[in-house]
Amino acid sequence: MASKKNININLKIWRQKNGNVKGQLVDYKLDNVSTDSSFLEMLDQLNEQLVSQKQEPVAFDHDCREGICGSCSLFINGRAHGPDTGITTCQLHMRMFKDGDTIYVEPWRSRAFPIIKDLVVDRSAFDRIQQAGGFVSVNTSGRTIDANTIPVPKENADKAFEAAACIGCGACVATCKNGSAMLFVGAKVSQYALLPQGKVEATQRVMNMVRQMDEEGFGNCTNTGACEIECPKGISLENIARMNREYLKASLK
Amino acid sequence: MAKSALLKSSIAKKYWMALTGLFLCLFLVGHLLGNLQLIFSDAKHFNDYALFMTTNPAVKILSYLTYISIIFHAVDGILLTVQNKAARPVGYAKVNASASSSLASRNMAVLGTLILVFIVTHMANFWARMHFDENMPIVVKEINGGMGGKQRVAVGTKESPNPYFQIDENGRFGTKILEDIKTQSMGQYDLAVRDLTTVYNKKDGEVIFIGQKDLYKITIDLFKDKKWGMAATGLYVLAMLVLAFHLLHGFQSAFQSMGVTSRKLTPIIKTFGTAFAILVPALFAAIPVYIHFFLK
Repeated sequence: MASKKNININLKIWRQKNGNVKGQLVDYKLDNVSTDSSFLEMLDQLNEQLVSQKQEPVAFDHDCREGICGSCSLFINGRAHGPDTGITTCQLHMRMFKDGDTIYVEPWRSRAFPIIKDLVVDRSAFDRIQQAGGFVSVNTSGRTIDANTIPVPKENADKAFEAAACIGCGACVATCKNGSAMLFVGAKVSQYALLPQGKVEATQRVMNMVRQMDEEGFGNCTNTGACEIECPKGISLENIARMNREYLKASLK
Repeated sequence: MAKSALLKSSIAKKYWMALTGLFLCLFLVGHLLGNLQLIFSDAKHFNDYALFMTTNPAVKILSYLTYISIIFHAVDGILLTVQNKAARPVGYAKVNASASSSLASRNMAVLGTLILVFIVTHMANFWARMHFDENMPIVVKEINGGMGGKQRVAVGTKESPNPYFQIDENGRFGTKILEDIKTQSMGQYDLAVRDLTTVYNKKDGEVIFIGQKDLYKITIDLFKDKKWGMAATGLYVLAMLVLAFHLLHGFQSAFQSMGVTSRKLTPIIKTFGTAFAILVPALFAAIPVYIHFFLK
């Protein structure tokens, strides 16, 4: 076999006790990492080693570990979710690394995503944007109409579905040189703008979501397109353009 | 709500950047067509064009729009850069930016600043001289004088189809020459010069002659200068390279910002934008190169 099954790696991991103190990159050596393990499993292995050495384990976000919850974050070797495209960190495998590699592991960096501990950041800014308009109001008085009774053109349904695939992981913000959240907001605005159910609140939705996004302290989009490349769900820049259109329409009303 | 929505919001800043940028792209085309006369036309036509551009009222409005666009584009750019830096107070220890975005798209602020430096230099070299320089040469013609000798005259634009007027060896209306004419006309005129090129009668304010500024000469002189011609040509070409990179991202980006995208339209805009970003700066750069190396 050409490649080694187990590799030894050097890690540089951001450690920070909480949001009020300064953090720093700390060096760790981890031996015998299976190339079949995921990046998060590698971190589990590191934490076991740290616990056995009576040290504080590294805090990192994770939940479903199958690429759909959007919990896991991590800026790995200079890229959101590490050196692969269309994946979350739980889907990143150690076979992407070589024996003896030094791997930088840093939290999402954004003023709007304050660090809670180590690699864990507070992404509730996204929740507040969503609450500002990322919904449709439905009458639930007991005579709710089935959504499928309203005809939707196939192309629009597909595009809305693609936009709705956003898991709100924050990779777009993390990778954007401007720390902009426009891919996230663009996807959330598009998802409703494309469907008849979303038309009712279209004007307020885009205005409120953009205002909330700006208030949270995200940067301004300059169309570098980095978000689209690093998005684990392949959300397209087209969604930002659609948001720009929706915003122009709404602000001229 | 709508007021700040179209001025201050993150998306409004995109709109202004895009609109001013696209207007400046149109300006580039107009400017380029004018400049190309340096290669494909002659001194007379180029100077006539320069005169038209500095006196026509419609052009004046366009020029103010251009100044406003440049200032707005730059101020918006500075605002964006400052706010975007603030959006990430603590940076990454390691960033692999080239994996996800182009060099030009990441360096629009640096490229833009360099272009602004170029614009200021460029305006000092040509625009300021055209408007304010007391040594701005006047278009000169040699004609046969009354005594059979040659006479240096300015090429004018008013009063007669051949409105010649004597000038001194520096291409200006010298005091001595004005005195001579005054003496010859037996006190009929009390001549003076205003706006560098206009000779008028102080007695009744009548304009006797308007000389035409020789923009062609100062352009050729700059790029053919023995000492600095090569440096001027090189820096000009370099500035156009910077402009090309700025346009490479900026052109298609403006359409994305205005929300003008579609499956059919976007590939056309991107291809056209790339061609525009290469062709326009290349043609601009070709002019000083032609003047410095090939023009006799």
